[in-house]
Amino acid sequence: MMNIPLSITTTIHDWLFSIMPEGAATITEWVLIAAAYLALFAVAGLYLVLLERKVAAWFQFRLGPNRVGPWGIFQTIADALKLVSKEIYSNRKVDKFLFNLAPYFVIIASLMAMAVFPFSKQFQGFDINIGVFFLFAVSSIGVIGLLVGGWASNNKYSLIGAMRSGLQTISYELSVGLSILTMVLLSGSLQLSEIIEVQRTGGWLIFQGHIPAIIAFMIFMIAGTAETNRAPFDLVEAESELGAGFHTEYSGMQFAYFFLAEFINMFIIASIAVVLFFGGWLSPFGITEGITWFPEVLWFIIKVFMIILLMMWFRWTFPRLRVDQLLTLEWKYLLPINMVNLVLMAIVIWLNITL
Amino acid sequence: MEQLTNNKIKTEEYFINMGPQHPAAHGVLRLLLTIDGEIIKNVDPDLGYIHRSIEKMCERDSYQQIVHLTDRMDYLSSHINNGAVCLAVEKALELEVTDRVKVIRTIFDELTRLASHLLWWGVMGMDLGALTTYFYAFRDREMINDIFEETCGARLTMNYYVPGGLMFDLHPNFVNRVKKFLVDIKEHLPEYDRLLTGNVIFQKRTKGIGLLSKEDAISYGVTGPVARGSGVHCDVRKTHPYHAYDRVDFEEALFTEGDTFARYKVRIKEMWESISIVEQLIDNIPEGDIKVPTKAVIKLPKGEFYQRVETARGELGVYINSTGTKNPYRLKFRSPGFSNLSVLNHISKGGKIADLVAIMASFDFVIPDIDR
Amino acid sequence: MSYFSDIYSGIKTLLTGMRVTGGHFVRIRSENITQLYPDNRDTLQMFERFRGEVVMPHDENNEHRCTGCQSCEIACPNGSIEIIWDRQVDPATGKKKKMIDKHIYHLSMCTMCGLCINACPTDAIVWAQNFENAVYDRSALTKVLNQPGSKLKAGIEE
Repeated sequence: MMNIPLSITTTIHDWLFSIMPEGAATITEWVLIAAAYLALFAVAGLYLVLLERKVAAWFQFRLGPNRVGPWGIFQTIADALKLVSKEIYSNRKVDKFLFNLAPYFVIIASLMAMAVFPFSKQFQGFDINIGVFFLFAVSSIGVIGLLVGGWASNNKYSLIGAMRSGLQTISYELSVGLSILTMVLLSGSLQLSEIIEVQRTGGWLIFQGHIPAIIAFMIFMIAGTAETNRAPFDLVEAESELGAGFHTEYSGMQFAYFFLAEFINMFIIASIAVVLFFGGWLSPFGITEGITWFPEVLWFIIKVFMIILLMMWFRWTFPRLRVDQLLTLEWKYLLPINMVNLVLMAIVIWLNITL
Repeated sequence: MEQLTNNKIKTEEYFINMGPQHPAAHGVLRLLLTIDGEIIKNVDPDLGYIHRSIEKMCERDSYQQIVHLTDRMDYLSSHINNGAVCLAVEKALELEVTDRVKVIRTIFDELTRLASHLLWWGVMGMDLGALTTYFYAFRDREMINDIFEETCGARLTMNYYVPGGLMFDLHPNFVNRVKKFLVDIKEHLPEYDRLLTGNVIFQKRTKGIGLLSKEDAISYGVTGPVARGSGVHCDVRKTHPYHAYDRVDFEEALFTEGDTFARYKVRIKEMWESISIVEQLIDNIPEGDIKVPTKAVIKLPKGEFYQRVETARGELGVYINSTGTKNPYRLKFRSPGFSNLSVLNHISKGGKIADLVAIMASFDFVIPDIDR
Repeated sequence: MSYFSDIYSGIKTLLTGMRVTGGHFVRIRSENITQLYPDNRDTLQMFERFRGEVVMPHDENNEHRCTGCQSCEIACPNGSIEIIWDRQVDPATGKKKKMIDKHIYHLSMCTMCGLCINACPTDAIVWAQNFENAVYDRSALTKVLNQPGSKLKAGIEE
């Protein structure tokens, strides 16, 4: 079931099975793992928010948060505490059930995607053999949350935001899917650990696949940014047009779920990019290959953060697209290029001119 | 069901309140939008949320006191507004201010215009989703504010001009500070172009959006950069020179496309022209008195007086109806924002909500100027 | 073919924009414009003409320069200044003279237009450069500018 053969997890595993019957031990283990991933979710989300604020400040001649703790490292924790303490407020005419349900759709989708991440060789919750497909499928559940939240809010701004999110996510999923498919063609596997193993010998896939892989990477980054509803594709919550879009009516922790989920989604997209293009937890040129004590998870995190930095760079540089331009970009530019690129990749593999 | 069988999808128009509290309105302007999906069918501006009856207050105040109220109309071009009232009073008194006053007023007016356009540039980027532009523009605007603060003592509502001249002389640091600023801004403006003007997303968002023809611009009484973006020759600094504008060499920014991008280009060009005007004047500010002596209680002769100036948003007219007392009988401001707002419905029909935001940004509304 | 040239030029303009922001990102240490306000309070220097609030300077003998001529009160557009005055016997000359009892200044109504200071014939009131005017109670914004027991400096005439 779980393949986390780190020594500490093995110890816990053995200890749990020694003190209680097998069924109970299994369930306890599930709960522990779920709690670990939830903690990871919260910490990663909070610190990505902090990173975003710092990076945004540095793009804008500012210092960013610097009051709570040294260099403001506890700023987002303080913010989260504030949000937890706030009243969860809703309008009188909202659809209560759907309104309260929507945030959970969003975070559960993000959490499920995290389960299959290969943080390192040992640190992977669930190494399913259709890993890429699973990631891709699960990460698109989130849009239901946005649609439901926007609809249930009984607010026209929210509704416009939700409808925009629907058309945006549905359109851009095609591009994300096709660019992933291009890389799967090259790696020959859907299993995430397998894809990384392929890159151990042949170099990172972005170098193996050279031109088509680079095109696929660019399309993936554009479509991935759109998938996470971040600027320049943040029409869903375009604050100068719609106030706050689909989460206008949410407050307190429900708002925080949406907010954190956006950052976790960014983490997910960056992780997929790292696994598919940049060799996952593999070190560049194998420089830490022989060092057994070196945590491979560090390489994974570093690469993910580089991609996230790139996405933040997009956000703090570009203006927002209009809704029809968004669709033009997808259907008239990204999709045809992607399809040609897929054929190109097939030809490259057929002629065996991969690097 | 019947509609489905007829292969017709019925859509319904709905109303949405944009404002009075909305990020794109930059103040308390309420737009009642009629929308079909995302397409705007009608825009109905609803004014009065920040009406402070400045015109009525002017009837109570003496002419020196009126000047400080105009700071609060279009707060981004406060020097220019002050200048309008001072010029009207001086015209009525047939008072000729010294050359020094004229030149200093021209420099301050142009710095104000520059500051206003810088803020507009930042806000335009922000409305279109590029938040970084806001801070880039504010970095430069802050330098102008420092210049103002050093000489006038305030950063936004300066009240530096008085009828007959200026309240006090320039600060000794003024010339050096302005020169340093001119060096900096000339480095920074090309950077603005690289960041936003050339950006493909920005161009797609602005080109061909909010088309305003020359005829419509004239018939709606649109002035300022908005009209000049449609090719209307209407710069008061050129047509009816005041201060020292007749002795400086500058070009009126005129573009004929009439879309949002043309209005953007007009303002960018005006920034360069303002820099050039300040450069021409800063080195030869003539010596002289900073104030022509006036009576402590100014009484205007009986009659009507009108003075117009070019603010950063368009033509500001000051109409004074005097009965010979120390207060005006009636004082009317013809503010540029109000007239420009009237054309908003005409040009944003048929566009998307995002287009309306872009058009509003290109009009550069200051709501207290519309409501007064 | 404009399809491909559009893509090329589009990507080029986007990268140009990213170079601008990226350049400032790496130079943040030298270009930072944030002022750490409450921390730099000791070194923070306002311009000498900054209009913080109206004050009436007193010399070491607790003497001010206000003759109570009320020019400032008349010049003020919004009634921020009220002068309570009285005719008292001037000990120097033995004649009755206009003297201020209280020079009341409503900071909450003041628009910092500077007309009062411009109007003052004896330079009795000047601008102070403090800007931290926030208080918990509105009544604290109504200030009496002349200190208790202060008197007019000798030789100041209307």
